[in-house]
Amino acid sequence: MLHGISGFIIRRLLLGLLTLLLVSLVVFAATQALPGDPARAILGRSATPDSLRALREQLNLNQSAIVQYGDWLKGLVTGDLGTSLAAHEPVSQVIGKRIENSAVLMLFAALISIPLAVAIGAVTARRRDSTFDHGMSVGLLGLAALPEFVVAILLVVLLGTTVFQVLPAVSLIPPQDHAWEHPKELVLPVLTLVIAVTPYISRIMRASMVEVLESDYVEMARLKGMPEQKVLWRHAVPNGIAPTIQVVALNLAYLAGGIVVVEFVFGYPGIGAAFVDAVANRDIPVVQALAIVIAAVYVFLNVAADVVTILVSPRLRTSLR
Amino acid sequence: MTEAAAVQPTPALTAPTQPRPVVLLLRRAWRQTRTKVGVVLVLLLVGIAVIGPFLAPHSPTEFVAAPYAHPSSTALLGTDSLGRDVLSRFLWGGRSVLGLALAATAIGLALGVTIGLVAAYASATADDVLMRAMDVILAFPSLVLALVAVATVGPQLWLLVLVVGITTAPRVSRVTRGSSVEIVERDFVSAAEAMGESRRKILLGEILPNVASPLLVEASLRLTYSIGLIAALSFLGFGLQPPAADWGLMINENRQGLTVQPWGVVAPVLAIALLTIGTSLIGDGVARASAGIERGGGAE
Repeated sequence: MLHGISGFIIRRLLLGLLTLLLVSLVVFAATQALPGDPARAILGRSATPDSLRALREQLNLNQSAIVQYGDWLKGLVTGDLGTSLAAHEPVSQVIGKRIENSAVLMLFAALISIPLAVAIGAVTARRRDSTFDHGMSVGLLGLAALPEFVVAILLVVLLGTTVFQVLPAVSLIPPQDHAWEHPKELVLPVLTLVIAVTPYISRIMRASMVEVLESDYVEMARLKGMPEQKVLWRHAVPNGIAPTIQVVALNLAYLAGGIVVVEFVFGYPGIGAAFVDAVANRDIPVVQALAIVIAAVYVFLNVAADVVTILVSPRLRTSLR
Repeated sequence: MTEAAAVQPTPALTAPTQPRPVVLLLRRAWRQTRTKVGVVLVLLLVGIAVIGPFLAPHSPTEFVAAPYAHPSSTALLGTDSLGRDVLSRFLWGGRSVLGLALAATAIGLALGVTIGLVAAYASATADDVLMRAMDVILAFPSLVLALVAVATVGPQLWLLVLVVGITTAPRVSRVTRGSSVEIVERDFVSAAEAMGESRRKILLGEILPNVASPLLVEASLRLTYSIGLIAALSFLGFGLQPPAADWGLMINENRQGLTVQPWGVVAPVLAIALLTIGTSLIGDGVARASAGIERGGGAE
């Protein structure tokens, strides 16, 4: 038996791997093992017997489903993701650079939205039930309700095309460049993602801060005559953040899905836009690989959320011993 | 909201004298300004979607002027990328978004409630298996799962409804299971068991009415989410196919002409925005009312 924190982390990681294995089974079953002929589905009705045979060969469709799955899984683990049907290149080559671009997008969105949400949560909790708090509550609720593509399009209308024309509506980033070399092109996609996740995190942060601000040690700090600003930012906020971490990680995981639509809107050269293209072209090897990549990020962030939550909560930490 | 009420049978045995918990909840929710604003927004947009087609001045597929023509007396909101009337297409385009999202939410609720109730009431092993299966679905962002299905089967409407419903189910089942688990332990359930009532009757008659409030909150959340997801799939080109009039598809078709004639994009975008804001305001109103009742019915 594994005990303590390291045991918990190992168990959680193993559970994450198991989930990923099941995910790979679902992706494989959905794309390749469904009843019917995937080759015909991809090529359409006008396919010749020759091209059908060639594609079946390429996708390994002549073997049994179990053998196909085994081969595909082996490829996944060793980094051989097959060949893109549209680009006629190895899938790893098609998506390699795009993973970096998407990671840059997610990283910037996280670096901006997390401090912003913490600040909003802290200030609204401090001024609880004021007009400002109520206004923010309704405003954030409204923003949280909007689908990402609606936010993206509204930003394009507002800042890219119709009202003001200050930012590029399309993120043209040449393949040889790094995404961070084009800050102007990054603004609108990053802003969209920030608007998508900030409301959720701030709501949880506010709830957590409301509790912290009513606690004895905050009362104590106030009674000592400490300035209210210092009480808030030095004593209350660090304690209010802990319960928020889980939600932060869940929202970052959510970003992994959110980038699909946002990259499509802005033509941003990341895995999200590539995924939409691959779905439209029925480029099954690319669809499979990207679905697994996105699910892996998602599962990993969920595991990370559990682990960090345990690490920062003394009560939970000691209960593991 | 309506489909939450539809899956809920009359709780005749629970509390005959008091108003039903759900009625009480809705009454309290209605007292909040945000609920009223939400209801007004939703009614407005549902009205446009349902009655709109009867008011449309042109057919949604008729060519009335040059592409991206500015608003004029023949086309009040101008024309789209192919020269069709934006206003007519807008009035026709809400039905699909709303209909598909409602159908998907209904499927998700039915599936999720069933799985959640069974998991709460069944053996520990069955509970584990069911909830782990839900975790696997939750391991994908919903949109990604929907796109994987579309890549295989193609852009079929039944598929979108089914996939969005399936991605809705795990969250509903978690809420249902979470609130049912403690109800299952209560005396009136043991009493019903002792009286030899069937398992189905206990689940639907005894347990479900008692988890209706959290389910109602979840249902409105899921509906907001389904509207966004269905609209996004249409926007990506995997929903209704041209020449259909659909808000999501319209946005995509007219994006290129945004600098010339913004209405083809702005009208459907605002419609989807207001609809999702409306449903989420209602959900928040119900959630607040529900939290208020739990706290002992204090302040709103």
